[in-house]
Amino acid sequence: MPLVEIGKLEDIPKLGSRVVRTAQGDIAIFRNNEDEVFALLDICPHKAGPLSQGIVCEHTVTCPLHNWNIDMRNGEACAPDEGRTKSFNVVSKSDVLFLDIPDDEKAVTTQAVAG
Amino acid sequence: MKEKLVMIGNGMAGVRAIEELLKLAPEKYEITIFGSEPHANYNRILLSPVLTGEMALEDIMLNDVDWYKDNDINLQLNKKIVKIDRRGRKVMDEGGEETAYDRLLIATGSNPFIIPIPGHELEGVIAYRDIADVDYMLDTANEYKNAVVIGGGLLGLEAANGLKERGMNVTVVHLLDTLMERQLDASSGALLQSSLEDRGLSFKMTAQTAAIVGDKRVEKIQFADGSELATDLVVMAVGIRPNVELAEKAGIHSERGIVVNDTMQTYDPRIYAVGECLQHRGETYGLVAPLFEQAKVCANHLAELGHARYEGSVTSTKLKVTGIDLFSAGDFTGDESTEDIVFQDPNVGVYKKVVLKDNKILGAVLYGNTVDGAWYFDLMRNGTDVSDFRESLLFGQAHIGDAGHGETNAAAALPNTAEVCGCNGVIKGDIVNAIREKGLFTLDDVRAHTKASSSCGSCTGLVEQILASVVGDFSETPKKKAMCKCTDFTHDEVRKAIVANSIKSIPDVMQQMEWKTVNGCASCRPALNYYLVCAWPGEWDDYQSRFINERAHANIQKDGTYSVIPRMWGGVTNPTELRAIADVADKYSIPTMKVTGGQRIDLLGVKKEDLPKVWGDLSRAGFVSGHAYAKGLRTVKTCVGKEWCRFGTQDSTTMGIDLEKMAWGSWTPHKFKIAVSGCPRNCAEATIKDFGVVAVDSGWELHVGGNGGIKVRATDFLCKVTSEDEVIEYCAAFMQFYREDAHYLERTAPWIERVGLSHVKEHIVDDEPGRKALAKRFLDSQKHMQDDPWKQRAEGVHEGEFQPLTEIA
Ligand code: SRM
Ligand SMILES: Cc1cc2nc3c(=O)[nH]c(=O)nc-3n(C[C@H](O)[C@H](O)[C@H](O)COP(=O)(O)OP(=O)(O)OC[C@H]3O[C@@H](n4cnc5c(N)ncnc54)[C@H](O)[C@@H]3O)c2cc1C
Ligand code: SF4
Ligand code: FES
Repeated sequence: MPLVEIGKLEDIPKLGSRVVRTAQGDIAIFRNNEDEVFALLDICPHKAGPLSQGIVCEHTVTCPLHNWNIDMRNGEACAPDEGRTKSFNVVSKSDVLFLDIPDDEKAVTTQAVAG
Repeated sequence: MKEKLVMIGNGMAGVRAIEELLKLAPEKYEITIFGSEPHANYNRILLSPVLTGEMALEDIMLNDVDWYKDNDINLQLNKKIVKIDRRGRKVMDEGGEETAYDRLLIATGSNPFIIPIPGHELEGVIAYRDIADVDYMLDTANEYKNAVVIGGGLLGLEAANGLKERGMNVTVVHLLDTLMERQLDASSGALLQSSLEDRGLSFKMTAQTAAIVGDKRVEKIQFADGSELATDLVVMAVGIRPNVELAEKAGIHSERGIVVNDTMQTYDPRIYAVGECLQHRGETYGLVAPLFEQAKVCANHLAELGHARYEGSVTSTKLKVTGIDLFSAGDFTGDESTEDIVFQDPNVGVYKKVVLKDNKILGAVLYGNTVDGAWYFDLMRNGTDVSDFRESLLFGQAHIGDAGHGETNAAAALPNTAEVCGCNGVIKGDIVNAIREKGLFTLDDVRAHTKASSSCGSCTGLVEQILASVVGDFSETPKKKAMCKCTDFTHDEVRKAIVANSIKSIPDVMQQMEWKTVNGCASCRPALNYYLVCAWPGEWDDYQSRFINERAHANIQKDGTYSVIPRMWGGVTNPTELRAIADVADKYSIPTMKVTGGQRIDLLGVKKEDLPKVWGDLSRAGFVSGHAYAKGLRTVKTCVGKEWCRFGTQDSTTMGIDLEKMAWGSWTPHKFKIAVSGCPRNCAEATIKDFGVVAVDSGWELHVGGNGGIKVRATDFLCKVTSEDEVIEYCAAFMQFYREDAHYLERTAPWIERVGLSHVKEHIVDDEPGRKALAKRFLDSQKHMQDDPWKQRAEGVHEGEFQPLTEIA
């Protein structure tokens, strides 16, 4: 699937996030203080907490349920915790944001959710 | 010219007096000290660990020769004084050399008593008093096999245990049928004896020594009943005699000891005495703790401050035999006028006995489990009436009153006034203060700064627990407790800087205080935000630095939905309100409704995007947020009070509502709960709230620092007031003081335990202008806080928080 337009940079608060609803579940879009934008499946690798509700610092988000730190660049849990959530590419063109959801991934996760 | 102070006896009591004197008047005297031993000042009570091998000699030195040099003290070791010339004001040593004094301090300690039986001067017969004796025992243990210790008291048992540890066969000979009869009753004495037997010691009880037999060296010992025992060493530990010889010869009034008054002065006003050599109000002392008290008083008078008095001491004892827990204090035998409370479990080797007179503790013996020794000793010295908790007295402090099922730690539970180190008279508060003020983290630091656990060491465990309870786990030893890994500064330092330098934003704090991370972390950002909100109400609040519940103004649930709890002022409601809540629940298909533990109704399972709509409806029906999610005012529980209840003394319901109207919307370091009960039956459970009000006939009792939760803590009584306005004022002042003083995420209970109730009382009760100023600051800041966040959001504030950015099919 090609890039999908999801909104403008200014729609996301600095050090905050917004959620994009997709057929395969919520995807959290984060923006840090340097206006870098990241996208993660909104499911914590620990107990599925909504990462979009966490506190954002530089390159990590802290899950609101039990304080795991997740690296927003790759979805990897920071040590000492272990686990990973899916991450996605976001492309910004003149402050318009596009989310890259590979087709095959979509199929797989949709299946998983359906199952 | 400086006056000349001469001290005879370079032991524990005397040198302590000099240390205290140097603190008070370092320049006053030219000091000379004579000691008949060849050593500088060492810790005599640690001779036993040296004997067993648990410690080395250098570990027990208290003041080395350099200390004397550094303090310009003329130290004369190995010099025994043989004469005091009072008229000529000088002393003479063995070599005939004379030294003049303006003031003289006698600290000659005591001499071990040697029973004058035949053979007592044979080689191999010694006492147990000093380093020379220990050296002698160690040499003997290398060469010989058998030892006899005469005397089953504290010293005798420690000597016997040491010799045993060094490989000798040891028999303890005791005149009576109970060991340590001065400290133990028959039951605990028997327990002690059997556990020492288990370790391989032999006992010959009710035995009277008749003679020591040998050629040059001791070979055997004969008893009055005709029996004999072969031995290579005899240690006599049958008691001590105050060393008064010198004083007596000089005509200084002495009885059992050198008689002194409450200022430690002898009958010759130029001559003072401290330590085991003296007699005060008819008592002589053979333990370190009272000697150190005497040293303090003596120094005060030598420094001519003249405002200290020694009024005698109460002592407690612990046996320093590793692995044996034994504590005794006061009068534990009792008489017809006293009552014994006894707990006994011989199978696990526990015995506890407390002697009461008129519901006050006279004495206690603990064997096997001595954790509560300090507590009983404290109750005893304070003359506390124990009738309230008599039944559970023997179960220990952890079972009294408000102790919850959380982490109970004997040290943490001790009051600040409880004596921890009996040797040095150090109370818990001293230790806690030193740990905090000086940033101490190790046992050694605490020893160095407070002297606690630096003498006999039997309180070491307790001191370590206190250390742990004050500074947390000290296996890692940072100098101070930094706020989080993003900075080296503490909470207090950061707060002070924010106010002192008028820092008004999180980035500015981070820049000025050189934060190590770019945006901080989930731990420091909410804390910084709180400190800024508290310091600059209305000027700062960073939405992205708040935890999700405070951003969404609802509690996140495990499935990512939210719960909504509208305020129900003082727990009072009516049909219209209930109908409105029911309508909301119907309209948004809210799956669960529940009455909370805080007297209001919870709507659980609300979808995030529905929140603004739910709030809109609630807001139109007159509800505001219940802040069930906030580090701020939560609920104000009330009871029905005077309006209906046959026992009610005041209108507690209205009082609660007024308090809630005053305090709602406020942000505090941690959540804050209030309750108001209409009479002491306390149906609103006011005494486990952060601020609790209990109505009485003549007014309102105010209580602070309670909580239910993880570790139940009952409130401390703050004060009593008479009018409703005062309740409001005190509550506002207390909340503001808590706000400005406590660390973020520190609830009132741990905060008060950290800073002490008197600190709180000083600001709220004793200082009226201060209280009024605090209350005013609270009410001023409330002007910025009482905009209902739900109404704002229903009107579109932070809309993005509740709506997805977009939906992709
Ligand atoms: C809803 C409620 C339980 C209920 O169904 O009754 C509740 C629910 C929660 N309590 Fe509570 N507590 C509730 C009354 C209490 C009470 C009773 C009271 O207030 O009289 C206590 C003991 C009293 C006290 O606080 O001292 C209580 C002691 C705690 C504690 C332990 C606090 C402590 O200092 O030890 C926590 C944990 C914490 O705050 O860190 C906690 C934390 C929580 C949290 C916020 C857990 C969380 O972080 O998610 C729960 C939120 C659930 C939700 O979304 O609503 N809750 N909680 C009650 C809401 C009262 C209200 O109307 O606002
Ligand atoms: C083995 C042992 C274990 C103990 N355990 C404990 C315990 O666990 N808890 C406790 O509280 N107490 C204990 N004590 C008792 C405690 O050590 C004494 O109470 C304390 O040391 C007395 O202090 P002091 O200064 O009065 O006497 P000392 O410490 O005995 O000092 C007196 C000094 O004066 C010197 N001296 C005497 N006459 C002269 C003279 N004419 N000229 C020059 N110098 C002179 C002596 O040589 C001695 O060095 C123990 C004692 C011993 C021996
Ligand atoms: S006691 Fe409180 S925190 Fe624990 S499950 Fe119940 S509501 Fe949640
Ligand atoms: S669900 Fe995220 S930390 Fe537990």
